[in-house]
Amino acid sequence: MISELFTVTVLIGILSSGIRLATPYLYAAIGETFSQRSGVLNLGVEGQMLLGAFAAFYVAMNTGSLWLGVLAAMIVGVAMGLAMAFATVNLHAEQGISGIGFYLFGLGMSDLLFQKMMGTVRTVDGFQKIAIPFLSKIPGIGEIFFNHNILVYGSYFLVLLAWFVLNKTTLGLKIRAVGENPDAADSLGVSVARVRYFAIIFGGMMSGLAGASLSIALLNVFQQNMTSGLGFIAVALVYFGAWRPGGVLVGALLFSMVNSLQLWIQVLGISIPSELAVMMPYVLTILVLIATVSKVIAPTALTKPFEREE
Amino acid sequence: MRSRLSALFDALLPVIATLAALAVGAVMLLFLKVNPVEAYAALWDGAFGSTNAFAETLVKATPLLLVALGICISFRGDVINIGGEGQMIIGGLLATWVGLTFTNAPGWLVITSAMIAGFLGGAIWGGIPGYLKAYFNVNEILSTVMMNAIAVQIMNFMLRGPMIDPVQAQKASKIPQTARLIESFRLARLMPPTRLHFGLIIAVALAVLVYILLWRTTLGYRIRAVGLNPSASKYAGIKVQRYIVMALLLSGAFAGLAGAVQVYGVNYRMITDGSASGFTSNSGFNGIVAALFGQLHPLWSILASVLFGALLVGANQMQRVVQAPSALITALNGLVVVFVVSSEFLRRRRQRQRLAQANKENPPPADAPDRPMEAKS
Repeated sequence: MISELFTVTVLIGILSSGIRLATPYLYAAIGETFSQRSGVLNLGVEGQMLLGAFAAFYVAMNTGSLWLGVLAAMIVGVAMGLAMAFATVNLHAEQGISGIGFYLFGLGMSDLLFQKMMGTVRTVDGFQKIAIPFLSKIPGIGEIFFNHNILVYGSYFLVLLAWFVLNKTTLGLKIRAVGENPDAADSLGVSVARVRYFAIIFGGMMSGLAGASLSIALLNVFQQNMTSGLGFIAVALVYFGAWRPGGVLVGALLFSMVNSLQLWIQVLGISIPSELAVMMPYVLTILVLIATVSKVIAPTALTKPFEREE
Repeated sequence: MRSRLSALFDALLPVIATLAALAVGAVMLLFLKVNPVEAYAALWDGAFGSTNAFAETLVKATPLLLVALGICISFRGDVINIGGEGQMIIGGLLATWVGLTFTNAPGWLVITSAMIAGFLGGAIWGGIPGYLKAYFNVNEILSTVMMNAIAVQIMNFMLRGPMIDPVQAQKASKIPQTARLIESFRLARLMPPTRLHFGLIIAVALAVLVYILLWRTTLGYRIRAVGLNPSASKYAGIKVQRYIVMALLLSGAFAGLAGAVQVYGVNYRMITDGSASGFTSNSGFNGIVAALFGQLHPLWSILASVLFGALLVGANQMQRVVQAPSALITALNGLVVVFVVSSEFLRRRRQRQRLAQANKENPPPADAPDRPMEAKS
């Protein structure tokens, strides 16, 4: 039975869905990377994703426009990010705990809206696959990398963009400075509050988009609590990736590949307990955190509110 | 006089935060075309309207209080435990195993052992992230979240396989649940026919014990010292790492006990719908809300747990009477958390202002520290 896993078709299937399944992790974790690089731990990602997923689905279903759905998810994410920024930057709320508050809010609110506005689980025709000319014709490689929907491509582009912005632009320098040494950044005339607002709001927007990628591009349904912990894993991936977009990409792929393998094991009916398979990525994350965390250094000001010395 | 008014205002901040959350909830209800007055009346009625309603409120408050007690310990040690869900599951599983294995033993012995098993199960599930934080610097927020997910899968595996009810194992549908505990193994009912059970007494007694632990024992003192200032504690000779582990371990233990109490007092078996909340009804998270609301004080947490138990039980009535989904209460709980932690800032700022005022009127000696220890008691 195990040998069935190693046929070419199945391997291509596993890799291809692994690439696809990394999408929500990438959006959410790259957004979180910005937020944490500026010194703010946003633990409400899961709640932002749920509301984003609902907004995208509801708008797409009623207007027939998937792009309006994406826009709605991003707006919802921005609103949640704004609230989070106000609580953590202006009111110095404990970041971890207020994040749990925003998570519970998103969890309850998306459920409430779902029950009141939809009532039953429905489906939409999500984003269709776009085969990239020529490249998608390459045997194997084409199917794995170049035959996905637009939001999947977008998430990988976002990784590149994030790397560029964080490392090669003034904005990125400001974000990193504010996360490492807010006092120094402040004395150089950088507005710590403004930079953190930007980073948290961008993070919220990306979490909303991550939710949209689930509800109108990958699964094409909305259900209560459909993210089931995915947002928390995205936060873990930022630590895993040592606050670097490239590291986050590796972590997200590792996670999604193991997930995809696990799905195929169930599809092929191989007799490994499925619970064990589902558990693997979490155990793996803890092990990787143990192995790496003591060697990399988190942004110094992470979770510390900034207050100008009088 | 003014300082007494200030103190009153500080003490009432969580209440103000809750009222604010309820006000936001009222606006949301208006958007849903539900009359907020009717909705909140139904909520009150569902929580306190009859003996049975109040009993249900207390039944709901029991696991919240137990989780909250653990949270009081860990947050005071500056360790954030959001693994209550997983710790409840592991505690529940171990306790259930005891009750299903030693069927010939006397009831009191099995119940006591099961409670201890639940306590230990939670301690293990909280102790692992504690150990990883203390000795490998692994962020406990992340590891406890991961441990939650792992616990859910262990539960699903156990209830579908090794621990499945023999009756279900014969059937084609195979509902993933254990056999029921025999009658002599169940926690006593306090007010039949209501479901109010002995677990409440356990939880309240433990609240007093945790209060004593935190403020009257060396262990509690050291956990709090490490939470307030780890480097000073280290210089004072406290083994900081050991107390980080202890804080998370104890915190997990209380959540584990909550799981055991839920099985022996309410459900009499474990059943899974595949998710954590199917067993815990989110008590692992709501317990955090209750503890914060009780200002991380075990005795205030008793009142806070009853309040949130009432909100959760009342929410069901609200759903029945005015068709406002009970998920509203989950959303409002989230808002309460955000408001409470945000209002902390106001409290601290007022504290500083008072101090500055006092210093101006009565200048401290030059060698005095410019800030007193944060008053957390």
